[in-house]
Amino acid sequence: MTVATRVIDPSAVRRSRNTGILFILIGIAIVLLFARTAEPGQTARMVLNPARQTAALRIPDVVLPVLPSLYAMAGLSVVLGVLQIVRGFGRLEGVILGLVAGFLALSFLTWAARGRSLNLIGIFETTLQRAMPIALAALSGVLCERSGVINIAIEGMMLTAALTSALFGSVSGSLWVGVLVSLIFGALLGALLAVMSVRYKVNQIITGTAINILAIGATSYISARYLATNPALNSPGRFPNVGVPLLSRLPLLGPVFFETNVIVYLTLVLLVVVHVMLFYTPWGLRTRAVGEHPRAADTLGIDVYRVRYVNVIAGGMVAALGGVFLVLGSVPRFDELMTAGKGFIGLAALIFGKWTPFGSFGASLIFGFTDTFQARLQILQVPIPSQFMRMAPYLITMIVLAGVVGRAVPPAADGEPYEKQ
Amino acid sequence: MDQETTLQERTPPEEGRDVRRPPRRRRVWGWLGELLIPILAIVTAFVLSGVFILITDVQVVNAFTRIPRRVAVPFTDPEDEISLEEALRYHPNEVIVGDTVEVDGRMLRVVEEVDDPDAEIALEEARALFPELRDGVTIYLDFFDKPQTGLRTAWNAIRTAYGALFEGAIGDPARIAAAIRAWLAGDPSGLPTAFYPITESLVAATPYILVGLAVALGFRAGLFNIGAEGQYFVGGLTSVFVGYSIQGLPLIIHLPLMLLAGVVGAGIWGAIPGLLKATTGAHEVINTIMMNYIAFALSDWLLSGPMMRPGGFRPISPAIAPSAMLPRLFPSPIRFHAGFFLALACAALVYWLLFHTTIGFELRTVGANPRAARYAGMSITRNYVLAMFLSGGLAGLAGANDISGLIGYMPNAFSAGYGFDSIALALLGRSHPVGVVLAALLFGTLRTGATRMQSAAQIPVDIIEILQAMVIIFIAAPEIIRALYCLRRQRGEAGRVLPSEGAAS
Repeated sequence: MTVATRVIDPSAVRRSRNTGILFILIGIAIVLLFARTAEPGQTARMVLNPARQTAALRIPDVVLPVLPSLYAMAGLSVVLGVLQIVRGFGRLEGVILGLVAGFLALSFLTWAARGRSLNLIGIFETTLQRAMPIALAALSGVLCERSGVINIAIEGMMLTAALTSALFGSVSGSLWVGVLVSLIFGALLGALLAVMSVRYKVNQIITGTAINILAIGATSYISARYLATNPALNSPGRFPNVGVPLLSRLPLLGPVFFETNVIVYLTLVLLVVVHVMLFYTPWGLRTRAVGEHPRAADTLGIDVYRVRYVNVIAGGMVAALGGVFLVLGSVPRFDELMTAGKGFIGLAALIFGKWTPFGSFGASLIFGFTDTFQARLQILQVPIPSQFMRMAPYLITMIVLAGVVGRAVPPAADGEPYEKQ
Repeated sequence: MDQETTLQERTPPEEGRDVRRPPRRRRVWGWLGELLIPILAIVTAFVLSGVFILITDVQVVNAFTRIPRRVAVPFTDPEDEISLEEALRYHPNEVIVGDTVEVDGRMLRVVEEVDDPDAEIALEEARALFPELRDGVTIYLDFFDKPQTGLRTAWNAIRTAYGALFEGAIGDPARIAAAIRAWLAGDPSGLPTAFYPITESLVAATPYILVGLAVALGFRAGLFNIGAEGQYFVGGLTSVFVGYSIQGLPLIIHLPLMLLAGVVGAGIWGAIPGLLKATTGAHEVINTIMMNYIAFALSDWLLSGPMMRPGGFRPISPAIAPSAMLPRLFPSPIRFHAGFFLALACAALVYWLLFHTTIGFELRTVGANPRAARYAGMSITRNYVLAMFLSGGLAGLAGANDISGLIGYMPNAFSAGYGFDSIALALLGRSHPVGVVLAALLFGTLRTGATRMQSAAQIPVDIIEILQAMVIIFIAAPEIIRALYCLRRQRGEAGRVLPSEGAAS
C-alpha cells in the first residue's frame, strides 16, 4: 500500500524539505555552537597515526585552522540543505545525510581540539569498537524484521551469548568453543522466538520481552551463583588483534579496520554477505516478499513459515555474535547486564538505517561515535554534560521514527503473525 | 489492517462470541477456565524454575552423575543406628556408645555419630558392581546404581529453596501461630517479627499493582507501554522535587501534591509516545524504550547536577520533607504504609474508568478496533494520548509512592526492573484491574521470598525473573499449557486482551 503511493505522497515532499531544513540548521548550529566560541588564528592538530606501533604507513598530522574549517563545513551544510530543498538528492539522500552528520561530528572535533592536538585514529578505533555490537544487533534485526518478525529480544540474546562465551571459553580454554556454544544458544533463543511467533502466533513484543526477562534472569543467576565466586570460570581471554596483510599498511583505514580482531572482520564480511543475499539472491527476494506481503508470497508458493524460521534463527545467531564480541572481542569478562541496552540501540540503528544492512551499519557508527564521545567529553573539557550526549542516539531515533527527517518505513507485515489459509 | 478484510472468512457465526448470555453452568465453568490457565502457568513456571535450580546446582548434578562412596567393612545400616546425643534425649544418663536402646519400638545401636548412608557402601554390594574391589577405597556410582541418593539430594535442594521462598514471603507458620497465641495471652511483642514477612510482601506488591495497572490500561487501549521503567523514574524525579523543595506545608496538602506531581510528570512523559503514534504512526514500543534510556540519562544528570543533595558526593536527591511522607501504619520495623491502600484505590478507579464510563468505553473501542472507533466519531489521537497519559501517570505514581512511602529520597539506581515485570503482571492479570492486583500480590510475595531464598539457600534472587519470563510465555501462549495438560480449547477467548495486531497504523 504505502510503497505504491510513495511517489505522490505529499508527506514525502514535506520530509524532504524537513531534511533540507535540518542540514541548514546543522550549518547554523556549527556556527553558533562552535565557531562563535573559537578564537581567530587558533589551529587544531589532528593526529592521523595510531599511538601504538603499527604496520601502517605514517602520514603527517593535519593542522586545521579552526575558524576557516568550521565556516567551510557550515557553509557546505547550508548549501547542501538548500540544494536538498530546491531539487532533492533522490537516492543519494542517505549519503548526503551521512556527509552532513560527518561535518557536524568533524566540526565538533575541530572545535574540541582547538589550540591542541587530538588523535583522530584513536577516536575512530574506539568508535568502531563501540559500534560493533550495535551493528551486529541491527544486522540481526535486519534478518528478522525483513521477514516480518519484530525481534526486541536481541538484547537478551546478546546477554546470553556474552555469558556463554565467557563461561565456555573459560572452561574449554578455547575461544572458538565459546563462540560456537554462544552461536548455538543464540540460535536456540531465535528458535524460541520463531516458534512462539510463527507457530503459536503470540504477540512478538510479548515473546521478545519474555526472552529478555529470561535472559536477564538466567545470566544474572548463573553469574551470581558461579562466576562471581569462581573467577576461573570468567576469564576466557580475548581474541588478539591480527593485521590483515597489505591492507593493514593503508594509512587511516589500515589501523582502524584492518588491525583488529577476528570478530570485527567476521562482522564486516557478514555485513556484505547479508546485503548481497538480501538484495541479489532468491533467498533475499523471498525474505522481503514474506516481510512485505506474506499472503502474496504464500500464493506464489513460498513457504512463509520456513522463511521466518530460518531468518529468525539466523538473526539469533548474529545477535549472539554481538554478545560474543562484547566479551571475547573487548573486555574478556562477563558482567551482569553488561549489554546495557545495546540490543535496543541496535533496533534504533535498524530504524535509522531504514532496515538495510549498510544503512544500519552507518547508523551504528554514528551511535558508536556519540558513545565514544560522551566518555571523552570530560577529558576534552567540553562544557556539555555527558548525559546529554548519551541521550542523543535515542532522541535521533525518535525523530527519525516520527518521520520528521528521512523516512523510516518498516516492512509492511512487520510484527504480524501469518495465518495460513 | 488485515482484520477487517478477513473477518468474514475467519469467524463463522457458530464459533464467534455468543451474543446471548450463556447458561449459568457455562458461566461458572468459564470463570474457572479463565483461572485455570493462569494457575497452571504459574505451577508450570515453578516446576521449570525448580528444574533450572537443579541443573545449575553442582551438588545435585554430582549426585546424578558421580556419587562418591567409601567402601565400608563392616557395613552397618545407618537405619539401625542412633547417635549418642539423640539416644540421651530418650534415655537420659543411661546410655553409652555400644549399647542397644529401644526407640519407638525399634532396637537401635548407639554410636558416636550416625554415618551418612549416602557416603558408604557395603563391600558385598560394591563387589557386585566391581568384582576385583578391595575394601577401604572410594568408588564412584552413577545415578542408576543408587537412584534414591540423587533424588534425595535434588529434593533437598528444591525443598530448601522453595521452603525459604515461602517462609520469606509469608512467614514461618509455627512462629505466626505462637505469636498469635502469645498475643491472645496478652503479650503482643512477638507480632511484628512474625508478621514482618507478610507485610514486606504487601509493601513489595504496592508498586507492582500500580505499574501492572499502567501496562494493563495501555493494553486495553491497544498500546504497548514498555516504558513503565522510565515513567517510574520520571515520576520519582518530579515527585521528589515537590517533596523536598516545598517546606512547611501540612501533610494533607503536601503529600497529595507530591503524589500528583509524580502522576502528572510521568503522565506527560508517557503521553509523548502516544502523541507520536497518533500523529506520525511511530511505533510506541520503540519510542517508549528510547524514552526509558532518555529518562535514565536525564535522572543521572539531574541527580548528579541540579538536584544533587548539597554537601554530598553521591548522586542522590535531598530528603523529602516529613510532610510528604506516606504514613506508616505499624511501628518499626514494619514498613507497611498507606500506599498499599492508595494502590488498591487506583485499581478500583481504573476498573470504574475502564468499564463504567464513556471515557473507558472509548479507550477500549480504540484498542479493539481503531478504524471502527474513528468511524464512530472517536478521536484516535485524543484516546492514545489520554491512555498513555494515564498509563504513564500510574507508573509515575508507583515511583512517587516508593519515594514517599519507603526511601524518602531519590537514589540514582532507583527502579528494580519494573518495566519488564509490569508486562508480566498485566498479562497474568489479563489486563483486568482485579487480575492485576492478584498478580501483583503474587509477584510481591515472590520478590520478598526470593530475598530470603538468597540468604538462606544461596539461590540468587534472579530466579524470580526466570519464573516471570516463563509465566509470560505460558500466559501468552496458552496452547503450550493446554498441550501439556491435555486440556481442550476454550472458545474464542485466548489473547483477547492483547493489543490487536495491525493497530499500529
